[in-house]
Amino acid sequence: MANAPQVISANSFVLPKRPNPVLSFVRQQPMGAVSFIVIAIMMFAGLFPQLVAPYDPLSINFSSILAAPSWDHWLGTDAFGRDILSRIIYGSRTALVIGFASSLMGSTIGAVLGIASAYFGGRVDNWIQRFVDILLAFPIIVLALVVVAALRKTVVYGVDVNLVIAIAIPIVPRVARVVRAAALSVNVMPYIDAARAAGYSDMRIIFRHMAPNVVAPFLIMFTAFIAQAILLEASLSFLGLGVTEPTAAWGLMLSGNAADFFREAPWMIIFPGVAISLAVFAFNLFGDSLRDYLDPRFKT
Amino acid sequence: MKRLLLGLVGAAVLSLAAAPQAEAQQPKRGGHFNFAISAETPQYDPHGSDTYATLHFSSPFYSTLLRYNLSKFPEIEGDLAKSWTVSPDKLTYTFTLHDGVKFHDGTPFTSEDIKATYDRLRNPAQGVVSNRRATFADIASIETPNPTTVVFKLSKANSSMLDHFASPWNTVYSAKDLASDPNFPRTKVNGTGPFTFVEHVKGSHVAGKRNDSYFKKGLPYLDSYRGIFTLQAAAMLNALQGGQVLAEFRGVSPADRDRMVAAMGDKLRVEESSWTLNLLVLFNTEKPPFNDVRVRKALLMAIDRWGGSQGLSKISTLRAVGGVVRPGSPLATPEAELVKLPGFSKDIKAARAEARKLLKEAGQEKLKFVLWNRNLAMPYTPAGIFLVDQWRQIGVEVEHKQSDTGPYIAAMRSGNYEVAIDFSNLFNDDPTLSLTKYLSASKNPLNLARYDDAEIDKLYELQLRETDLQKRRAHIMALEKRLFDQAYQQPLLWWHRIVLSHKTVMGWKMSPSHNLGQDLAEVWLNQ
Repeated sequence: MANAPQVISANSFVLPKRPNPVLSFVRQQPMGAVSFIVIAIMMFAGLFPQLVAPYDPLSINFSSILAAPSWDHWLGTDAFGRDILSRIIYGSRTALVIGFASSLMGSTIGAVLGIASAYFGGRVDNWIQRFVDILLAFPIIVLALVVVAALRKTVVYGVDVNLVIAIAIPIVPRVARVVRAAALSVNVMPYIDAARAAGYSDMRIIFRHMAPNVVAPFLIMFTAFIAQAILLEASLSFLGLGVTEPTAAWGLMLSGNAADFFREAPWMIIFPGVAISLAVFAFNLFGDSLRDYLDPRFKT
Repeated sequence: MKRLLLGLVGAAVLSLAAAPQAEAQQPKRGGHFNFAISAETPQYDPHGSDTYATLHFSSPFYSTLLRYNLSKFPEIEGDLAKSWTVSPDKLTYTFTLHDGVKFHDGTPFTSEDIKATYDRLRNPAQGVVSNRRATFADIASIETPNPTTVVFKLSKANSSMLDHFASPWNTVYSAKDLASDPNFPRTKVNGTGPFTFVEHVKGSHVAGKRNDSYFKKGLPYLDSYRGIFTLQAAAMLNALQGGQVLAEFRGVSPADRDRMVAAMGDKLRVEESSWTLNLLVLFNTEKPPFNDVRVRKALLMAIDRWGGSQGLSKISTLRAVGGVVRPGSPLATPEAELVKLPGFSKDIKAARAEARKLLKEAGQEKLKFVLWNRNLAMPYTPAGIFLVDQWRQIGVEVEHKQSDTGPYIAAMRSGNYEVAIDFSNLFNDDPTLSLTKYLSASKNPLNLARYDDAEIDKLYELQLRETDLQKRRAHIMALEKRLFDQAYQQPLLWWHRIVLSHKTVMGWKMSPSHNLGQDLAEVWLNQ
């Protein structure tokens, strides 16, 4: 009797309840959740600035030039009497549009190159990696400066497409290198061999079987590079190669008259600087948290 | 006796006190001078240029026939001309030239070089740009009876002629160089000026060294100099504060002046003057919808110049409201008359209501366009920001495009723009000079708005020949009214000049124009 096999009823086998991924992320990565809230606020401000901003960001008011922070102007005004809070809020649109577009473009091209490099190997891998090496040899800002100076400005729907391309190009080799590493481990999986044996086309194997398995590193790189792209856009605008006045843009707010009047009106540089730092910090932290959450190697 | 004694003692004390100062004012020879040039010229030839960037680059290498005596501005003195006479009918100008002058390549300078230079200015060969063509249209012939005499014969008397001869843009070139290539001066340098060309490193600097064969004995004082291109104002100010450059001769903003005074104290010299320079709003009258006078006029009427002047003068070099002649100068339109012209009303609400009406009539209520501007921080960027704001207030959407001087000038010349911020870069208050810009495009390459207007040409001619001051003023005001009624182009604001230099820089003279006195011949360093 004691040795009788225990019969387990199929009905008594209860699968553990799958945790809500959002709640799970919040529990495991509280700092990531906080940074996501910051990003969400920025995105809301960027999408609906007219609902949030107290003033028109471009409207000049010579009667309140260089006004210190007050109830009327929470973050003060600049040399043209423009409200700094409103310009920061509208500037988040510029930062996010260029940040997202550049990072998406750079990360996607980088991911395609990385997977192709890993999948085809041999001469293709060699050529792609040497190309990546060449691009990596240039510091990000130098490469972006060269591209933006060569391409000039082309505005489509209010976005300088060439600026987006200039910022995306330095992202490409960095993503390609990381995605290639991930794709190399996927490339030796039996299901890839099976797909090859089944006679599937290279494109089908790459996009249907390999790409979904490198989504985690791709997402992590994508979010991390949004921060880099925002910083790069701010740097290029500061150097006079990004967006031009009077567009509200964080980097631009730090240059021009801000440089002339930073002693008399330090709020002209402090608050845009804080906005850039906060955005970069939030995207970096969110990217790290996403990596820790998605990558099983980081789970304890 | 006591008074006499006191007087003698006082005189002795004064002379003792003055003695070291007089000694300190004695120019010292030698030394290397670094100064800042806040824009880089796209080419070297002042004949085909309107930007000071070309003059600050090229002036030390060249001489002109006459020039302004900046100690007694606007008095004129000889440069290559030792003396000159004007016939009683004002139709013949005879110049006696300095003897023994040589170009930097060793070629002797003669009256043939003056003739070749002025032929190029008044009647340029195919492919040569001369922005001074209209100002020398009255020259009927140039004769060279001997190597040191040149005779200009005019077809009509011209009261502005001596001012034209003193223009800093009329740099004298070698006839031999021009014969070999009429565009030689655009890319190469060979003048008779106080310094010889050493190098131009694009994006970095232009360098010159003392011309030991310079015809003015004892000059120049400096051994060598370097004009460093500092396109960013902040970089220039930091260089000035750090002593990497000792001066910038174009001008800085009031904020920059205050910052530098606070930082450098009594090591810094600050010189200020009104400025013979204005920014203009310019329409490409060949491009729709700017070929419609209602659209152009609406855009000019929306600009609150009086309010803008008060605000912009605190943060930029823009200051005075004025018409086509520098405000405050003898032939300028008085304010009471100016406010009656389109674009100068003090009732900005009514003007903007009228502007909206005009746009509606023209079917351009949702007008969008690109405003071309130079990427010079001062005062182009503040002017651009101001204009975008003003035009938004009548519902017009503007994209502000700022570019380097080279592409900007290329776009203006080729007509590849819609609306632009242009500049009128004068070197004196002579109305003929300032009005030349507004002559018909077919006569005048300076007219970037690309219109032909016979009435403006006629009024220009009338004021040019008129010797009675009041009548001349009436012609100028009629021209101004026609120009603004047609809204081809219009001054935005006039500038105020503030020049900063280290106190060790001596011999340079301040003037109302940053185009004058840049040959550096008399500059020396008190170190």
